Amino acid sequence: MSNIFKFIWLIPLLPLLGFLITGLGRNFLSKTAAGFVGSAVIFASFVISVLAFLQVKNGDTAAVQYFDLINIKAFKIAFEFKIDQLSSLFLLIITGVGFLIHVYSTSYMHDEPTKDFSKYFSYLNLFVFSMLVLVMGGNYVIMFIGWEGVGLCSYLLIGYWFKNNEYTNAAKKAFIMNRIGDLGFLLAVFWLITKLGTVSYDEVFTAANIAKLSIEDITAITSLFFIGAIGKSAQIPLYSWLPDAMAGPTPVSALIHAATMVTAGIYMIARSNILYTMAPATQHVIAIVGLTTAIVAATIAIKQNDIKKVLAYSTVSQLGYMFLGLGVGAYTGAVFHVMTHAFFKALLFLGAGSVIHAMSGEQDMRNMGGLKKYMSITHITFLIGCIAIAGMPPFSGFFSKDEILAAAFAEHPLLWVAGVAGAMMTAFYMFRLYTMTFLGKFRGTQEQEHHLHESPGAITFPLIVLAILAIMGGWIGIPEIFIHGGHKLEAFLEPIFAGSNAITVKHEMSHNTEFLLMGISVLLSLFALLFGLKKFSNYNKQSDKENTGFAKVLEDKWYFDELYKKIITRPLRNVSLFFNNVIEKKGIDGVVNGTGKFINYGSRQLRWLQSGQVGAYVLLMVIGMLVLFILQLFIKN
Amino acid sequence: MDIKAYIALSLTLFIIGIIGVLTRRNAIIVFMCVELMLNAVNLLMVAFSNMHQASGAAKALPTFASDAQIFVFFIMIVAAAEVSVGLAIIVMLYRNTHNIDVSFLNRLKN
Repeated sequence: MSNIFKFIWLIPLLPLLGFLITGLGRNFLSKTAAGFVGSAVIFASFVISVLAFLQVKNGDTAAVQYFDLINIKAFKIAFEFKIDQLSSLFLLIITGVGFLIHVYSTSYMHDEPTKDFSKYFSYLNLFVFSMLVLVMGGNYVIMFIGWEGVGLCSYLLIGYWFKNNEYTNAAKKAFIMNRIGDLGFLLAVFWLITKLGTVSYDEVFTAANIAKLSIEDITAITSLFFIGAIGKSAQIPLYSWLPDAMAGPTPVSALIHAATMVTAGIYMIARSNILYTMAPATQHVIAIVGLTTAIVAATIAIKQNDIKKVLAYSTVSQLGYMFLGLGVGAYTGAVFHVMTHAFFKALLFLGAGSVIHAMSGEQDMRNMGGLKKYMSITHITFLIGCIAIAGMPPFSGFFSKDEILAAAFAEHPLLWVAGVAGAMMTAFYMFRLYTMTFLGKFRGTQEQEHHLHESPGAITFPLIVLAILAIMGGWIGIPEIFIHGGHKLEAFLEPIFAGSNAITVKHEMSHNTEFLLMGISVLLSLFALLFGLKKFSNYNKQSDKENTGFAKVLEDKWYFDELYKKIITRPLRNVSLFFNNVIEKKGIDGVVNGTGKFINYGSRQLRWLQSGQVGAYVLLMVIGMLVLFILQLFIKN
Repeated sequence: MDIKAYIALSLTLFIIGIIGVLTRRNAIIVFMCVELMLNAVNLLMVAFSNMHQASGAAKALPTFASDAQIFVFFIMIVAAAEVSVGLAIIVMLYRNTHNIDVSFLNRLKN
């Protein structure tokens, strides 16, 4: 087999080409052509990624340098790609899920005008390009390029229907909140450069370089990187952009805001795992932030009625679990959960998209119900997704979530208790969503009912593929207690996390404890699942009471947005208004305009001297002469 | 003759000229007063010139002591030209306004 690493530059280049073709040709490419080009380039990238993955699997990794991005005296930043176990796994997720979503989009977006359709695909390709650069980059600067690129594409795609003011605001919110995180990332990179003079992974993570950093340095750098991750991966306190990001088209939500972009923060921390292992303080913060996010987002999801909003909060919650995993040092578990989550969350979002499509744009679950008999494929695949996210064995979500929870227990039992509570809520709200959407009687209008149909093949095909992955995706990480050597992923990722594993103290748990924990969490989740199923199976709109008390707080999302508005947005706005109205208008403009006004006024007054009376002129002249005369006398003395 | 007498005469003439210009409104008289001031200065110049020549102080200078006396003629010639222009203006003023009051001149303003 020839060395595929010679061609890895094609992986990001192809989507970039696709972006250029569909973007520049948006006025004359037909929908079929744009959809084909957009999907084909991703598929080609996927094929190369698979080949690269296979080579990596044989134990071969590579860091390829192309040219110097920055070259100042002794300081050099190369444009380099790094293909190893971690990045090749992410490449597969991004291009694989990305391709399915492109295929899905060709059908989902078909009602858009041709020009917008091409624009959509060009943005989508640009996104995949940025994400690939982020993952493949061999140093933090290349990662930052991708990091910013995905932020931009997220902004473009959330605001895809830019004529709607609310959507544009959601796009701006996402962009600005991401920027706050990006600042942290950038500062961390600067800190690294100051201390080590390099940003390349291969050099930063060497033992010699790490030894150069004091514990304070490492804590500061990791905290700053974590701020970046908070912004990108929607954790408290910067999570509120993600639910609003549902303004974009549903496939975009599936690709960017569930499967790939939001996991960039997890990728980054997993990549820098050695630094984080060296900074236990940061790890504790990460675990707590992750867990809090997981719980808070799950509670909010319970009371949402918009099908996409539920999924959005569920994404935030699942990302919280991943951070919990990173925080307790279960890097493999976090990456594993990224992967399984990419499968089942993309599946759920695409399923929701299929439902929304059938309901002619309706997103309120209260107006759905009984869709089971109209859309059998969507129904089955969606159910699989729900079971997977609820963590029922042997679906994929079970394995990854359980690995994180087990690691959390080893760290501190309280973390585990909270984590299981979150998992129960997940099972509950997912089955509330499922029941309200697919079971019971149809609650929409007559017209909608007439229009109900199963979606076309381009939509159901990705659903089926993702459903299979959602079932089987977890089987590569079967815990040791079931099958000896069953955790293939851990063995595969071992080289990446070797440095961290060498330092951390392994908490050995007896098999009985592990079985017990697993049993408890599955049973509780199952209970919550059945409760959700039962409670909403006879749901009807009329009996739905107005929420009061705590339920109202949950429905209103803990008033986070209101709080931000009060303590950040409004004071900032008032300060800006003050600067605008007082400093700018009265101060600066006052000086500038005042000068003009003074000259104007003074001239008007002086004008009266020009009376036109010859006598007056002569008199003034004489007076002037006399003054000079007298002055001259004084000067002389 | 004592130079002081010339200075006094010249000053008197000049002040009469100024007062005339300031107080009278008849353009011709104003004009005459201006000429009076001019010639008061002329007179002073000739007087000083003469004084210099007599005292011999001018010998140290690279000029002729009688320069000023010649210069006065130039001034008178220029004044004559100026008078012709000034009179022409007054004539035009009269033709247009049937009046030679100088306060009418402020109409130019509008």
